[in-house]
Parts: sequence; C-alpha cells; structure tokens
Amino acid sequence: MSSKKHYSITVNGKQEEFLAEPRELLIYTLRERLNITGPHIGCETSHCGACTVTIDGKSVKACTMFVAQADGKYVTTIEGIGGLDDLHPLQNAFKEHHGLQCGYCTPGMITRATKLLEENPNPTEEEIRFGMAGNICRCTGYQNIVKSIQAAAAEMNAAKEAAE
Amino acid sequence: MRYERPQTIEDATALMAGAEANAFVLAGGTDLLVRMQSDAFEADLIVDIKAISGFDAITQTEDGFVIGAAVPSAALSEDAALVAAWPGVVEAANLIGSTQIQGRCTIVGNLCNASPAADSVPALVAADARAQIAGPAGTREVAIADVPTGPGKVSLSKGEIIEAVLLPKPEPRTADAYLRFIPRTEMDIAVVGAAVNLSLGDDGTISAARVALGAVAPKVLLVEEAAEALIGSNLDEAALEALAVACSNASNPIDDKRGTVEYRKEVAGVLARRAAQTAYARAGEN
Ligand SMILES: Cc1cc2nc3c(=O)[nH]c(=O)nc-3n(C[C@H](O)[C@H](O)[C@H](O)COP(=O)(O)OP(=O)(O)OC[C@H]3O[C@@H](n4cnc5c(N)ncnc54)[C@H](O)[C@@H]3O)c2cc1C
Ligand code: FES
Ligand code: FES
Repeated sequence: MSSKKHYSITVNGKQEEFLAEPRELLIYTLRERLNITGPHIGCETSHCGACTVTIDGKSVKACTMFVAQADGKYVTTIEGIGGLDDLHPLQNAFKEHHGLQCGYCTPGMITRATKLLEENPNPTEEEIRFGMAGNICRCTGYQNIVKSIQAAAAEMNAAKEAAE
Repeated sequence: MRYERPQTIEDATALMAGAEANAFVLAGGTDLLVRMQSDAFEADLIVDIKAISGFDAITQTEDGFVIGAAVPSAALSEDAALVAAWPGVVEAANLIGSTQIQGRCTIVGNLCNASPAADSVPALVAADARAQIAGPAGTREVAIADVPTGPGKVSLSKGEIIEAVLLPKPEPRTADAYLRFIPRTEMDIAVVGAAVNLSLGDDGTISAARVALGAVAPKVLLVEEAAEALIGSNLDEAALEALAVACSNASNPIDDKRGTVEYRKEVAGVLARRAAQTAYARAGEN
C-alpha cells in the first residue's frame, strides 16, 4: 500500500501539487521532485545552512522539515530572490565583493541574508556574524561574506531613501 | 511513516496512547528530524503538535505565564512582558541554535529531548517553572526538573504530551539570568550552563534564590547549597565565593573534547558567579 499523500506548496509564487511520502524531507521535494536545485544539501542535519529557504517569512533549513510540515505553506528559494537578468542587490554584492569561492554555500547564505536585512536593515559586523551563524562556508573565511552583506545593506538603504 | 497533525490535544494524546511503537511527538523537529537523519531510524507515527489550537500562544495570567508547547523560541523575545519578568529564561531559549533553528525550536522540545546540556532547562528550573502535561488520564503538573530523568529519558508515560510551560509571576525585585560557556560563539553545545534567579528584600539583601546548572550531570541540577550561599547576603565576595564553591562541588560532569571534569567544575563556579551578578543587578532595577 502506498502511503503517499497529496500536498500543495507554493514555491517562488508557483503553486505545486504532488503526491509524496510525508517523511520526505523538504529539501528533496524541492531539488528532486520540483527541480528547484538552488538550495543545496551539505549535511542533512541542520548544521551547515546550505539548504536554507524562507517559509512563511522565516529562515528555515529545508533538510530539517518533512514535506508534510510544509503543506499549504509559501516557500522562497534563491531562485525566487533574483535571476541572471535581475540579480538581487545581495547577489550583486556577493559577486562584486568576492563573497563566494566555490559557491556551494551561497544560495543558503544569500537566502538567509535577505531575511537578516529585513529583520535588521543596518546590521553591524557582529550582528551579521551572529545572524548568519547557522550558515557555514568552508572557502571564504567569512570576511568577504560580511563585506558583501554590508555593501548590499548600504545599497538597499540608499535605494530606499532615493525612493522616498 | 504515518504523519498526523491533530487540531486538539485530546486527539493528539489519543493518537500517542494508541500507537504501537516508535511514535514521536513533533514540535520544531530540530532534534527529532536531525536524530532520524543521523541515527538513520524510522518512526512509525509522528504526531505534529504545531496545529493544536492555543499551542502557539504565550498567555499572561494572574499566576504568571503560560507558554504553549508549539511556541518557537524566537517568539519568546518578542513578548515584552515575558522578557521583563523572566529575562534569564528568554536569554537561555534564545541561545538555542541559529536564527533558522530559533524560528522552529521550542523550549518543550528542548526539555523533552533531555540532553544534559539543554540551554533553556536550567533557566526554567531556576525560575521554578512547571510543565503542564496532558494524557489519556487527564492533565497533571510537575516541576520542570522532574521531566528529564537522565540523558535522552523523560518521566512522561505513554500517551502523555506536555501542553505548556508555566512560569510563575515573579515577586517584586526578582530577576533571573542564564549564562553558558561554549567553545564557539554560537551554535555549539554548552560545556556548562548556569542559571540564577533571586529576589531582594526591602533592605536590599537577597531574600530568596534558586541556582541551577546544566551540562555538569546526567540531568539538570538544582543546587540548594548554592542558593543558601546567596540568601541573606548583599552578594559580597564571600557569598560569591561560597556560591562558586557550592556549584563546583555539586557538579559531576563528564570528560570529553569540550572540557575535562576539573575544567567543567571550575567553569560551573565562574558562570554561577557571573549569572548571580547579572540577576542581582537586574533585580535591583525592578
Ligand atoms: C544546529 C543545531 C544547533 C542547536 N543548538 C542548541 C543549543 O545551542 N542549545 C540547546 O539547548 N539545544 C540546541 N539544539 C538542539 C535543539 O534545537 C533544541 O533542543 C530544541 O529546543 C528542540 O526543540 P524542538 O521543538 O525542535 O524539538 P523536537 O525535535 O520537535 O522534539 C524533541 C524531542 O522532544 C519530544 N517532544 C517535543 N515536544 C513535546 C511535547 N510537547 N510533549 C512531549 N514530548 C515532546 C519529541 O518527541 C522529541 O523526542 C541544536 C540543534 C541543532 C540542529
Ligand atoms: S543540508 Fe540542511 S543544514 Fe546542512
Ligand atoms: S564559497 Fe565554498 S563553501 Fe562557501
């Protein structure tokens, strides 16, 4: 007997309907079922942050959620933050300030950083390091990640002021 | 694996009571899912309690605060009245993991996972919090310290689910504080955790105190001798020294890569001193 259930999740604004085992981890639903491969898998145990997505406005590690827990929810991944033709200021800043080397951690870093800057549009270096503590990078030594987030914050604040 | 998301506590306890084996309550999942991944075990039944009505609320009552079992840790610091009344409980709960964990994890999950190093537990014990438990035979209340019985073990019987944590209303001029020591600055397991809750009398001396330690024994310790060292004092050096000695003596820690037995005993005293100083300063402002 199949124990598959019907689920409906809105990912990057698109409603997805499918049958899945409730135990399936959301990261596999995204990557293997829905072909949304921006969020990565680093550890599968909530430690590295490579799988970070936004669910109903909060940063969540998609490896530590059953698909059943995401039913009916709104999920944003790096694909929903910006694309090649319309990079988000954070994506631009990571590019400009060498906020990545191999890039494996980057989708999770940037997805988390979008929320960090919503929670705190003017973070200090310490607040950035604390707010990003759930995301691990084995390449950069973090210095340029901090710089990238600071640069993006400055740009986003300037754009907001200009609009006002 | 069967996954259920009941709307009422009656349905939830009935599901747990009727389960044959391998049934787990699921709150934030930050321990349970990680354990299922790293130990590669399967559950037969998961009862997700996040949809039970009222479970996601922090309520202020005449007697204090009721924190529902599904309230994420991050929500504690958003409740100004709770932060004012129990700053140490809130700072302890906010130490659990990173932002991604904070949005999901619960203090009840922290308690029921029964890790000796759980951060919120010493603070809850020092605050004299209680657990409200629902089960097939009705509800009961127990002291937080009586929930864990040892590493990974709790005193809940089959079908029982913790509904809420009950925090008393603090007496005037009362405050608490929690400190932990970890090798990294965030996201690590406590080498030692120390919580102090104290009240000041009219003359400014300490009239009541509770001191609890984490990560230095198989379960949280409430150290009576440490509280006695504080009561009647103005937190002078002699009282602080007696507090530190009582905490070091009460500690019965393990040796591991995070710290030796000797080191942990020493740190327990140092952290208790500092937590007492913070609680004392806070109580003076209340
Ligand atoms: C990266 C990372 C960092 C972490 N850092 C810390 C840290 O710094 N400090 C710390 O203390 N912990 C830490 N933890 C552990 C964990 O996040 C906490 O213990 C958390 O509070 C667990 O809450 P939860 O709601 O996610 O529990 P869950 O995983 O949902 O549940 C934990 C256990 O409790 C049981 N349970 C849950 N709710 C109830 C209930 N209402 N009634 C009966 N049983 C119940 C479950 O069946 C399960 O066995 C960390 C975990 C990770 C993955
Ligand atoms: S894959 Fe999810 S935190 Fe590492
Ligand atoms: S850039 Fe390689 S892991 Fe961060």
